[in-house]
Amino acid sequence: MSLKNTYDVVIIGSGPGGLAAAVEAKKEGAQDVLVIERDAELGGILLQCIHNGFGLEIFKEDLPGPSYAQRYIDESLTLGVETLLDTIVLEVTPGRKIFASSKQHGFVEIDARAIVLAMGCRERTRAMIQIPGMRPAGVYTAGTAQRFVNIEGYMPGKKYVILGSGDIGLIMARRLTFEGAKVERVLEILPYLSGLTRNYVQCLQDFDIPLMFEHTVKFIHGKDRVEAVEIAAVDKNWKFIPGTEEVIPCDTLLLSVGLIPENELSRQAGVELDPITGGPFVDESRQTNVPGIFAAGNVVHVYDLADWVTMAGYEAGKGAAKYAMALRASETAHIPIIAGKNVHHVVPQSINVRSLEEEEIELQLRVLKPIEDRTYVEVHDGENQIARRLMRYVRPGEMNTITLKPSHFADVEKASSITVDVYPR
Amino acid sequence: MVEKRKLICISCPVGCELTVTIDEDKIIEVEDNACKLGLDYAEQEIFDPRRMVASTVKVKNGYHPLVPVYTEHPIPKPMIKDILVEIRKVEIEAPVKTNQVVLENVLDTGVNIIASRDLPKA
Repeated sequence: MSLKNTYDVVIIGSGPGGLAAAVEAKKEGAQDVLVIERDAELGGILLQCIHNGFGLEIFKEDLPGPSYAQRYIDESLTLGVETLLDTIVLEVTPGRKIFASSKQHGFVEIDARAIVLAMGCRERTRAMIQIPGMRPAGVYTAGTAQRFVNIEGYMPGKKYVILGSGDIGLIMARRLTFEGAKVERVLEILPYLSGLTRNYVQCLQDFDIPLMFEHTVKFIHGKDRVEAVEIAAVDKNWKFIPGTEEVIPCDTLLLSVGLIPENELSRQAGVELDPITGGPFVDESRQTNVPGIFAAGNVVHVYDLADWVTMAGYEAGKGAAKYAMALRASETAHIPIIAGKNVHHVVPQSINVRSLEEEEIELQLRVLKPIEDRTYVEVHDGENQIARRLMRYVRPGEMNTITLKPSHFADVEKASSITVDVYPR
Repeated sequence: MVEKRKLICISCPVGCELTVTIDEDKIIEVEDNACKLGLDYAEQEIFDPRRMVASTVKVKNGYHPLVPVYTEHPIPKPMIKDILVEIRKVEIEAPVKTNQVVLENVLDTGVNIIASRDLPKA
């Protein structure tokens, strides 16, 4: 695929938010739409969410994540959305220039009339919740384990403890059970479930996997590999309650302890972040404080359902397309001024037609050959005269001018270029 | 004998906590359901509980070593384990198309196992 220098809308990320933005931007009339994805295929994290439950809001169907993604992948390609895969965006500037490193194209520089940030979110890690203990292999975020099991075909372990009752943790408890592993326990530090109730029912209850509220991991045991985790009950201030400790032998600890909007690129672009959500401040069209930069989905705040991310993507895609098309219109309102008969050059070389609506524009020119008699300087659009000025003579050594007035706007607006000729009366 | 049972409806992400009144083999009343999906769910869950099952099957010469698959319709809950055993036996050849049947009428349930994405050749 050949890459253009300038796109109407560039979308960073191809999960549900990014693909929805791409589809909607096209439908709204944006001509050149590009999705940049760091993975080698479109779909984002939906590809590893092989369980059902997607599409209930949008399609009124119960689809697995990959099927849900496939619909938007197919639709965006049918609409002519361009894609740049295996490409990591290095920087986005406030002026909407994008620098990226691509497997196929090397270092690339792209100008965007509008950008949609759709980088999604990242999982909180062990370091971010500071679990004490050894540092053996066998501690994974639930999403990492999900990718191993569902896409790459590896089982991270045989006996699991899962910390956190977020949806990915619950879904993985069932998935690992399906693959023959034993999930010994799911722990939640809060007194209530973090994920959806339906996931508690069909992922834990159906398989008799025990869930303990107000419990967390106190210590990770094992030198090279996790050998056990010590758990304990906590009080309202999350302090361990002495005497409640229990050691659970296991080889793997999964963490499902929250998601954080991923905004490293947003920050570089000068996008202001809300300290509460961790994502950009946005308006109803999902535009950030930087004009022309929009954001949608988990990059703004973490959603429960992919369907809602898709809807946010639609809003952002629509806003971005409108912004881009307005910008394109103001760019194409520039028309060239051509040096015609007996004219050496004209300055300015082009004009923004819109500005003629409100003010006069003086064209300055120099002739090629002297005419020592009455002479016309004429401005025309190739067929019709727009303005004409009578001179007593013209000489290359003396600059001439002719002025376009707001009364000429209607004629100039229709022209694709205008020409200045100088000829004897 | 009239019996009351608590169920959590899994038809949608709302997760209503239903109270179902059952008399022998008949549901007399469903309470606390936010929509009519709750009525169907209670009927199904009490007399013939079913689940959607999603897993993966091995793929030869594919871009990935696995392709995700799922049951086209919910299957009886007590059969989940046996169906997973059948799914594990399957190995298909790339390329794979979305909705391609990878296992027909699994264990005579009348339900096909189908692929949930396109998977090109490696």
